[in-house]
This record gives sequence, structure tokens and C-alpha cells, in this order.
Amino acid sequence: MGSAPASDHAPAPSYPAPSYPTGAPSYVADTVRTAAKILVVGHFAVGKTTFVGTLSEITPLRTEEPLSQAGAHVDDLAGVPDKTTTTVAMDFGRLTLSESLVLYLFGAPGQKRFAQLWTDMLQGALGAVILADTRRLDQSFDVMGLLEEYGMPYAVAVNQFDGAPLFPEEEVREALDLLPETPLVTCDARDAASSTKALIALVEYLQTRPIPDDASAAPSQES
Amino acid sequence: MTPARRREQGLVRAYVVTDGRAHPTRNTLDIVTLVNAVTSRPLTGLSPEKRGVMELCRGGALSVAEVAGHLGLPISVVKVLISDLIDSGHIFARAAVPKAQLPDVQLLQEVLDGLRARL
Repeated sequence: MGSAPASDHAPAPSYPAPSYPTGAPSYVADTVRTAAKILVVGHFAVGKTTFVGTLSEITPLRTEEPLSQAGAHVDDLAGVPDKTTTTVAMDFGRLTLSESLVLYLFGAPGQKRFAQLWTDMLQGALGAVILADTRRLDQSFDVMGLLEEYGMPYAVAVNQFDGAPLFPEEEVREALDLLPETPLVTCDARDAASSTKALIALVEYLQTRPIPDDASAAPSQES
Repeated sequence: MTPARRREQGLVRAYVVTDGRAHPTRNTLDIVTLVNAVTSRPLTGLSPEKRGVMELCRGGALSVAEVAGHLGLPISVVKVLISDLIDSGHIFARAAVPKAQLPDVQLLQEVLDGLRARL
């Protein structure tokens, strides 16, 4: 946790210190000027939460996002008693990379129906790490297609589960139909070094790509 | 004895918290925009949720997503609240990532250097 920045304002009125179920907030250092984000995506139970938790310097946080935006479609629910409000969980964590830069990792399921969440996550993101499981490679296609649709560059990291079969890289590449330049690495989401290397593989790949004209790949929902 | 049940969702619906609005007043807020409270601003007249944002952000900078996580509110709701608080001078945004400049060569190198330093 960074040093608590001393307030340079007049002494604040004495409020009782609020407590949060998530624990005391760990604030971003005063010197930080840039916040970047990388997405960690993949199918159910592939290890996204573990990956984020392994790398995060703060206790990972979770938000529950409604499928529609707040207030939208309120009337639609009237008279539909058995319609449940569906939410999707997003886990995220933070890494301080230098005194002026923090990186946020957002882990969320790659499903198209979470459109607003996708827009929020994708806008301004550097790229994505797709976590894959060799026992269920076919389940990675949805999220790959979605990222491609948004023009979001990605690397694939096979989360090597205990007891899962080890396949040669070429077989995994072929099974996932990866482009030759798409990075493919193996990691253990519980291990900080190998998870960091997965991020490094992504960023090294991003450096080789030409700078796109429109960095805002996600289609704008409004404005 | 019945175990204490945790309330899964607030009693107040999200659209009440935001006065029925689905969209923030400004479109510049990203989920990783860092926000701080302006501690000299009085909290009078603020809704309980906005006070919650102010209390949380008094200690230092947090991203919009972290504010949502700590307060247990959806990000879409927190964006509306923070936009209002910026408009009223209660919150200032410290490090909005200019998305038009991303991904920038220098930023990628800084991210890479920072990651390599962790190994």
C-alpha cells in the first residue's frame, strides 16, 4: 500500500471513518498521471479471477453490472413478474508500474449480451489476454470473435490446470485457428511470474502493431 | 437460529440513486479515470450516495471502477454520480486517459518496462 498522502487542505471536519465491506481503500499514489487497462477475458471458470488476483497489489474488487444501464427499460419489467434482473460480475485489480503509471486489469466474461460492460471495458484498453483451457478450447471462440469484431488486439494464454493435457503449441494454434502473429503462451494463473509473462507477451505484440488511426475501436453507444 | 442474511442488493433501485437517469452528464469518464474529492467543498445537499463517493474519495485518488467496487454500486450508476459531482465542483478527475492517444508508443514501453521490472 502506498504512503497515505497528507491532505494539503485545511483539516477536514471530523467525520467518522466509513468502513467498507471491501476493506480500507488503497489509494493511488499522488504521483500517478496515467491509468492504463488490459482486459482478462475467457469463458466461465477459466481462471480470470485467479489471474487478476495473483497480479493485483490491491485486494481485487468486484462490481455487479446490470445487463441494461441504470434506468433503462424500467417500464419493460412492469407486468413481467418472472423476469429476473441479470447481472454480470466484473473483477478487477491494480498494478503500480511506475511512480506515474498504474495498470488496471479487468476480468470479465466474454459474452456479447453484456454490451454496455464491453463498451466500458474496451474503450481505451491496450489489449486483452484471453485465458484458455486446453480441455475446452472450443469455448474460447466466442470471446475471440467478439474481440476481433471490436478490433481489440489479444494474446492467448493457456492456463495450465493441474492434470490437464499438455499439447504442443502448434496443435493449440491450429485448434484455435490463431493468426501466426498472435502470441500464445502458457501460464499458471496462480503464479505471478508466469502471469506477468503473459501480459508481457501481449504488450510486446502490441508494440509490433502499427498504430491504428482510430484507437477507440469500440463503437460508441451514444454521444 | 437463522443465520444473518446479507442483503444482496440495496433497497434503493439504481435508477432512484441517479434520479432516473441512465447516462452521465459527461462522456469523458472512463472506468480507469482517477478521481479525487475536493475536500473543501461542503457536503450539504448531497444525496447519501454522493456523500458516500465523497467520503471514499477524500483519502486520495481511486479509479471510477474502484469507487464502484468499494461502494457496491454498478459502474454505470457511479459514472452518473461522479459526473454530477464533477459538475458541482466536488470531484476532480486526475488522470483521464485520453483515449484518442491510445495506444501510444511511449505508454506501451512504460507498461512493458514496469511489467519486466516485476519479474
